[in-house]
Amino acid sequence: MATCKTETSAAVDIRDRMNIVIVGSVDHGKSTLLGRLYADTGTLPEGKIEKIQAICKQQGKEFEYAFLFDAFLEEQQQGVTIDTARTFFQWAGRQYIIIDAPGHKEFLKNMVSGAARAEAALLLIDALEGVRDQSKRHGLLLSMLGVKQVTVVVNKMDLVDYRQDTFALIEKEYRAFLSQLDVTPQFVIPASAKRGDNIATPSPHMAWHTGPTVLESLAQFSSESEKGEQPLRFPLQDVYKFDARRILTGRITSGRLKVGDQVIFSPSNKSAVVQTLEAFNVEPPPTQALAGQSVGITLDEQIFVERGEVLSHESSLPLVSTTFRANLFWLGRRPLEMDKLYLVRLATHEVECRVAAIHRIVDADNLSLDQQQTNAVVKRNEVADVTIQAKAPLAFDLYSDLETTGRFVLVDEYDVSGGGIITEMVADREETLRVEARQRDFAWVQGDVTLADRAKHYGHRAALVLLIGPDTTGKTFLAKKVESMLVAEGRHVYMLDPENLRRGLDADLQDEDARETIRRYGEVARLLIDTGVLLISTTNSFNPSTGLRAGLPADQVVEAIRTLVHPAPVLTVYMSQETTLSPIEADLSFTGPEDFTRTTHDVLAALKQKGILAETIGNQPVFQFSI
Amino acid sequence: MRHIRQLEDQSVYILREAYKHFDNLGMLWSMGKDSTVLLWLARKAFFGHVPFPLLHVDTSYKIPAMIEYRDRLAREWRLNLVVGQNKKALAEEMNHERGRVECCTALKTNGLKLLLEEKGYTGIILGVRADEESTRAKERYFSPRDKNNDWDFRDQPPELWDQFKTSFPPGTHIRIHPLLDWTEINIWEYIKLENIPFMDLYLDRGDGTRYRSLGCAPCTFPIKSTASTVDEIIEELRATNVAERAGRAQDEGRGMEVLRKDGYM
Repeated sequence: MATCKTETSAAVDIRDRMNIVIVGSVDHGKSTLLGRLYADTGTLPEGKIEKIQAICKQQGKEFEYAFLFDAFLEEQQQGVTIDTARTFFQWAGRQYIIIDAPGHKEFLKNMVSGAARAEAALLLIDALEGVRDQSKRHGLLLSMLGVKQVTVVVNKMDLVDYRQDTFALIEKEYRAFLSQLDVTPQFVIPASAKRGDNIATPSPHMAWHTGPTVLESLAQFSSESEKGEQPLRFPLQDVYKFDARRILTGRITSGRLKVGDQVIFSPSNKSAVVQTLEAFNVEPPPTQALAGQSVGITLDEQIFVERGEVLSHESSLPLVSTTFRANLFWLGRRPLEMDKLYLVRLATHEVECRVAAIHRIVDADNLSLDQQQTNAVVKRNEVADVTIQAKAPLAFDLYSDLETTGRFVLVDEYDVSGGGIITEMVADREETLRVEARQRDFAWVQGDVTLADRAKHYGHRAALVLLIGPDTTGKTFLAKKVESMLVAEGRHVYMLDPENLRRGLDADLQDEDARETIRRYGEVARLLIDTGVLLISTTNSFNPSTGLRAGLPADQVVEAIRTLVHPAPVLTVYMSQETTLSPIEADLSFTGPEDFTRTTHDVLAALKQKGILAETIGNQPVFQFSI
Repeated sequence: MRHIRQLEDQSVYILREAYKHFDNLGMLWSMGKDSTVLLWLARKAFFGHVPFPLLHVDTSYKIPAMIEYRDRLAREWRLNLVVGQNKKALAEEMNHERGRVECCTALKTNGLKLLLEEKGYTGIILGVRADEESTRAKERYFSPRDKNNDWDFRDQPPELWDQFKTSFPPGTHIRIHPLLDWTEINIWEYIKLENIPFMDLYLDRGDGTRYRSLGCAPCTFPIKSTASTVDEIIEELRATNVAERAGRAQDEGRGMEVLRKDGYM
């Protein structure tokens, strides 16, 4: 056996680094391949083999290369890898982290965790057993996780007498499977990890193989990323104010960002110019940054922006919707259920969501088979085609366009329990209004006074309080009381009854034009909010019984208005006589209030709690300009 | 040096995620090269500031020069330094002669436990690296610990892309590992690149030995080496096949698996 101790120690300068995952069905020899790779290249720590051999002897079992990395006692006793291990390997000027992922179905979540960190994969298939379910499942998951570079290793060739025809059959079957996933393997290599054939040195038993060894194939994986040339996406991670600078931080997921760039925040539609790129211990300060970099920027003006928003250039905006279709793999302890609340995390945005539809369960065996059956749940380790509906709009991309902003995870209670890739944007009910709001906001001409300046002077952020509920429950009375009390404190508040628009601005509209009536109200509200005012409105005008003959349900009214005034905060207050359930999840609910003074105070408290109202005015009120 | 900057970007991202999600966050600092690089990365992430306390679990057996170095940097970098100690175990004269695993458990694992209980930290940032020893190779970036500080390595949560486990039931906490993907050489490459001040115990100061890994004086042994600059250390490491922690006595046998399961760093 060739050992190359001196070659590895040659102080070659490291050009780049790469994470590679080894996947495949249980017992197809992943850990053995890894052990062999290290042993045959002389990259194991001194005494490691001897130490493991001694333990094996003591326990009376045969030495296996797999024991080198299966660290846990239980892994060695059971002869399976339980959890993913990172191992470090340096070869020909590149630093590798080789991730040994477990193949047992039981530990799929660990395999997925390992593969999600990788840029390339070695996929093992046992020559004797051939292509198994798990071989296909791993192939499918690799493509979903974004691992596009794959080399297939047909292992244990010694057990089939190194026969070329056996190898050719497996190669043909697996290539056909991968082609359905749009994956073309870089190489398919016949090997025997146990005997060292075609691992670090060419096998004398398989002269018919003209391709590379496993070791040689590693160098063929490309670590060059095209992400720098893609459209800019910079999901906002946090906003810091440790000193005089207000720094927006995050990691650029694609494209490049330069000082002086005009950037748009989605979904809030705010825009600003990048003033500086901030960095510690870097002289001179950088003027541009690329995909992959964690950066900090300052803007030419103070604007309200929050974690989760995505910065881009106006020429290539991300999609915005509450709803999208996706392929999802589920790893949760409990099955994924429709209509249960989960959290969707997409880049840095986190919003509550539901699964609106489970279209089909994807069977790794029959990828193309489009069985249109409805399923109630997605079980652990299943892959499904689903529609996700979030409670607030998200900025995202299709996975086929931009990887990082085209994928998401679902959180069930405390745990990340599934991941998915977005295949389609679904236009929700507010799509038309959202497009209108976006175009209106981009073209908005603004004076020198910003919303932040106004907030500082008025002692509150511009916002909307919407009172909803059946007629004659005291909404107008409460609105007037809140207005009076806040104005008495010196705040800028205005009560706008939508009825006031009916005879004037809406004079040309019929009662049937419910959506247009609401749209015009929303635009007026947006305008007033831009003056920095805290706006209070009732919604009776939109109710079918009192106002429009063709009124809309309260939840649709609120969503339409919210879309038009977005991203201004909206406080919803539901009032009713009986204990009827609110048609929307209101921030506050009152049942037939008798003490309106107390109710008024509750509204004020909620405004403070939401960070809309500063505790006091004058003397530089402190606002959460960030998060 | 592109590979070092890639590691830096990932670590900075992890640190910012930790700071965003944990109200009561602390970073362990042992003054060794790894946790000092971690501290430097925090200054990178937060633009010269370190917005959480640095925790040192003092076993009282550290090499005295380490304490001087600790206090000097704490002063110069305006760090919020919190020192914890298992005073009860020390009063009962715990030391390594009673058994290394016992001593580490009492003074480090339990010392840390006491500090966590006292201060109620819900997130602890540590400088462990996957290439140090094989149980650390199986860690997550965000790794949950139960009420007893135990690590359930049989059932770790999935970790997908850059989405980490940041929510957890009351009474438990999360260990955060921004340096998992760094190797020993990467640490030195970064120290050189950024010119980070480190302890000269890592260098040969004329007697042909240096420390490769720093811990308690009785259980950490210098190696034979004439490396007296960072460049010489990097050159030496590229040529060696000896494990970094060969000079750390608690790693013998299954020491680390047992220690780490119970909450060791």
